[in-house]
Amino acid sequence: MTFETVIQSIFTSLFLVSVIRISTPIIFPALGSLVSVKAGASNKALEGLMLVGAFTGVMVSAYTGNVWLAVLCGMVVAVLISALLAIFHLYLGTDLFIGSLAVNMMCSGGTTFLMYIITGDKGNTGNLASLSVPNVHIPFIKDIPFIGEVLSGHNVFTYLAFFLTFVIYIFLYRTRYGVSLRAVGENPEAATSLGINVKRVRMTALIISGVLSSLGGMNLSMAYLQMFARDMSAGRGWIGLASVSLGGKKPLGTMLAAVLFGFSDAIANQFGSLDIPAQLVTMIPYATTIIALVVYAIQQRRAILSRMKKFQKENEEQLKGAPEKSE
Amino acid sequence: MRPLIDLINIDKVYDNGVVANNGVNFSVKKGEIHALVGENGAGKSTLMKILYGMEKPTEGEIWVNGEQKHFNSSTDAIAATIGMVHQNFMLVPSFTVAENVVLGDEPRKNGLIDRDAVLNITKDLSDQFGLFVQPDAIVNSINVGMRQRVEILKTLYRKAEILILDEPTAVLTPQETDDLFIAIRILVKQGKTVIFITHKLREVKEISDRVTVMRHGKMIGTLDTKDVSREQMANMMVGREVFLDIKKPKIKRGEKRMRVKNLSYVSEIGRQLLRNVNFNLYAGEILGIAGVEGNGQTELVEVLTGLKPAAGGTVLIGDCNILESTPREIRLRKIAHIPEDRLSNGVAVRSTIEENIIVDRYFQKPYRNGLFINRKVVKTECENLIEKFSILTPNGKLPVSSLSGGNMQKVVVAREFSSEPEVLIASQPTRGIDVGSTEFIREQLVEIRSKGTAILLVSADLSEVMSVSDRIVALYEGEITGVFPDASKVSEKELGLYMLGVKQQTYEEMEKYL
Ligand SMILES: Nc1ncnc2c1ncn2[C@@H]1O[C@H](COP(=O)(O)OP(=O)(O)OP(=O)(O)O)[C@@H](O)[C@H]1O
Ligand SMILES: [Mg+2]
Repeated sequence: MTFETVIQSIFTSLFLVSVIRISTPIIFPALGSLVSVKAGASNKALEGLMLVGAFTGVMVSAYTGNVWLAVLCGMVVAVLISALLAIFHLYLGTDLFIGSLAVNMMCSGGTTFLMYIITGDKGNTGNLASLSVPNVHIPFIKDIPFIGEVLSGHNVFTYLAFFLTFVIYIFLYRTRYGVSLRAVGENPEAATSLGINVKRVRMTALIISGVLSSLGGMNLSMAYLQMFARDMSAGRGWIGLASVSLGGKKPLGTMLAAVLFGFSDAIANQFGSLDIPAQLVTMIPYATTIIALVVYAIQQRRAILSRMKKFQKENEEQLKGAPEKSE
Repeated sequence: MRPLIDLINIDKVYDNGVVANNGVNFSVKKGEIHALVGENGAGKSTLMKILYGMEKPTEGEIWVNGEQKHFNSSTDAIAATIGMVHQNFMLVPSFTVAENVVLGDEPRKNGLIDRDAVLNITKDLSDQFGLFVQPDAIVNSINVGMRQRVEILKTLYRKAEILILDEPTAVLTPQETDDLFIAIRILVKQGKTVIFITHKLREVKEISDRVTVMRHGKMIGTLDTKDVSREQMANMMVGREVFLDIKKPKIKRGEKRMRVKNLSYVSEIGRQLLRNVNFNLYAGEILGIAGVEGNGQTELVEVLTGLKPAAGGTVLIGDCNILESTPREIRLRKIAHIPEDRLSNGVAVRSTIEENIIVDRYFQKPYRNGLFINRKVVKTECENLIEKFSILTPNGKLPVSSLSGGNMQKVVVAREFSSEPEVLIASQPTRGIDVGSTEFIREQLVEIRSKGTAILLVSADLSEVMSVSDRIVALYEGEITGVFPDASKVSEKELGLYMLGVKQQTYEEMEKYL
């Protein structure tokens, strides 16, 4: 493949479809992280929670044949584990970061161990007949050329991810509980003085972030692929965490940041077919992000200073005619 | 008649062993304004937090309206129509005024928060009680006076009948204090009861019906305000004679320490908050800035200390323009700074008292020992300061958050004074400090000034500016409107006219005194 063909392929509907496909499993943990960050208890166990979600979904679907029951079970397991993390942190005083690391390691090891016991394979569950969630073809839209190809025909999780972005926005900014949650994150003393139970709110936030992460995990194992693979979350939880900061801690921004990461990943995939070392290519998205953030910060500072200088000049011009001297 | 509130034999021992309340009896009648006074750390805030359900008493009974109460959290106290405005504001900075007012109990439509109602409710409450606020302003961007009113509106929104105001006037200008008192009188007329904590005995006389004095966690007595003089109250609080006036040795003005020339500052949204400010600070002299809060004092101090970038002008120390320096470099030039808001700029509340005291010098000898901090030196030095500034604490290893408000302020003052500054920029140095300690800090200011420090004093308390300063400039809308070379020769009234921009001296008139 030549460089031109790679560039050309970026402007096809196929590429956009892959961007959406790749972004989805980042959006879920990103939203989860957002909720916990807003409550002032940043959940960093997203990776682990994705894994247990992914694993549970695959196992339950393989043994019961019911996809929706599988999804439900995946979520329930995530609730239990994140509740455990929350209790350790909020009531027993464990540092949240250390607790999160423990959960990540436990989930990584635990899922691999159980997979080996159940299937006899340490790598993946390829030999199990697990199910995947259905794809959705949107009436009318699917018939529009290009747009239909891009927007229609994705799996249920994809639509859910974008829809949840909206739901989380409403939750955080338009519901009582959500607003309290943000207050708890920003000024817990103020919240306490109004009778808001800080610990309970943080508990809820951690559980919500667990559920969202598990959905991201199941998106990987029941849509993206149709099996569970060891450590298949592959850093998406951490990328989700980064999306929150990049997205300015706002729902829409977080989602867009996640899509940006998806986009760079997709580009990296395309470049992967060129004769460039794969490791170098996969670095692109992260390197770009860091540079973009630094440039943005410098710009901001400059902009403020130059705005001040401008105002000052204007004001000075107004003052002319009544000049004031220094000594 | 039974009192509305009856606290009986309240004991409170904090986890760290501090006895904050010791057998306190406190009762409040319906419809009165009840002042609560006492030195820093006397246990006033603690007692009120107990009444507001935020702290549990170790021992004792709480009776409200003839019923015994066991408050588990402030929710219970709010339900018993008690509202509290805390000494340290309890607002969510990124939320709007209106969102803060209704927080936790927002009006809803179809299950979602009704944003219009949020704004309207706030506006109506604000009109009803004469407490002016901008409902849609972000709390971060409003001044302390308005923040205060937001806090009061919060309690009113929750239908509070009993309002506890913990040092509400500490952060207010005289004008704002007057407005607050008008509002309090309106509240009382509408049947509410107000408990009012303050260190300013003048205010006690002015507004309260009865006054309770506390000392060292004990209740000393409750009196009708009209029967006690300020001197008597001060003596009850401190347990000794207090001199409300300070004695100043004659001024020995030295060389120019700091020259401020044409200094301007423009806010990010383009408001000109300082306009061509010129003045000099001399060794051995206290220059006071008189101004109604919000006329550029805050910005002036922040620009001088490197916290905000100037838009134009120079500030010279010797031949060096410090506007290009970082705060650390400025401090290394022996310029000390007592910031106006101790919580955001003065102390790190989770760090210990010792750490807060050495934070500006830990990297220098003798506090440093090679790569490490010399714990021994730090300890003895801090013990001396705790003693000298009578900071009320069992030891210096406790976090600053365990101190009472006034004692936190003393930590800041102790650090800045002990750095042996050549220039001291003091913003509200006695905010929230009791009479005894205020006396002490003012004496200290005068003392280091007599030893040759140049001091810039900014205070919302006009009487403080007038009694402590040697020379005064009036600041109005970011401009110097007048300079008074001898502070003892200007009247409060005259100064007020310049502070409000009614009168203005020309630059030629001012030049030689600046
Ligand atoms: N959370 C806490 N933990 C431990 N000790 C505390 C705590 N809060 C207050 N104290 C201590 O209890 C004592 C009384 O404090 P309190 O805040 O009630 O004083 P105050 O009368 O309000 O003083 P101020 O006028 O300075 O605000 C002080 O010695 C203080 O250090
Ligand atoms: Mg107090």
